[in-house]
Amino acid sequence: MNTMTDNPVTQRIRQTIDSSDVVLFMKGTPVFPQCGFSSTLVQVLSLMGVKFKGFDVLEDPEVRDGIKSFSEWPTIPQLYVKGEFVGGCDIVREMYESGELTEFMTSHGIEQQPQQG
Amino acid sequence: MAMESGEIVRLIQESIPDADVRIDDLKGDGDHYAAHVLSASFRGKSRIQQHQMVYKALKGRMGDQLHALALKTDVPAEN
Repeated sequence: MNTMTDNPVTQRIRQTIDSSDVVLFMKGTPVFPQCGFSSTLVQVLSLMGVKFKGFDVLEDPEVRDGIKSFSEWPTIPQLYVKGEFVGGCDIVREMYESGELTEFMTSHGIEQQPQQG
Repeated sequence: MAMESGEIVRLIQESIPDADVRIDDLKGDGDHYAAHVLSASFRGKSRIQQHQMVYKALKGRMGDQLHALALKTDVPAEN
């Protein structure tokens, strides 16, 4: 992508993103989110019944900092699907509410088991 | 760690001159804002790119001085 390609933190971020179809960089864990915005996206993914891997940036200050320049995005959470940056809290929530996120997951071959009720 | 809403508008309009910016101070604490930004320059750009333009305009304050800015971007309706 740029000169940062050789940076070990960038490589670690890339490996994390590639390690699972759906990866959420967040504050805290899916079970214990430490921030309201991260919690919102955990809820969205749970409601959709999408399996995802959470990465707790509070446990890894290098990634917490590096992910911001990696995606040119200044905030956490950040959602990645099949290696592609989908958005942060506002965009993902907006996509969920409009139904766009369901279509996006389907078109990217991500299995969903929406909760009933 | 707080920021005046007028300063947010000023910074956004400095980089995106035609931007129509509406700010709500969600909690009245000068730290949790929602911004709705309309600009013709968003046309043809993805939502991620539109938000990146606004974040760039804020010059690193987002996620730092500015803890929470819920952002919504749109292209103005054509008349």
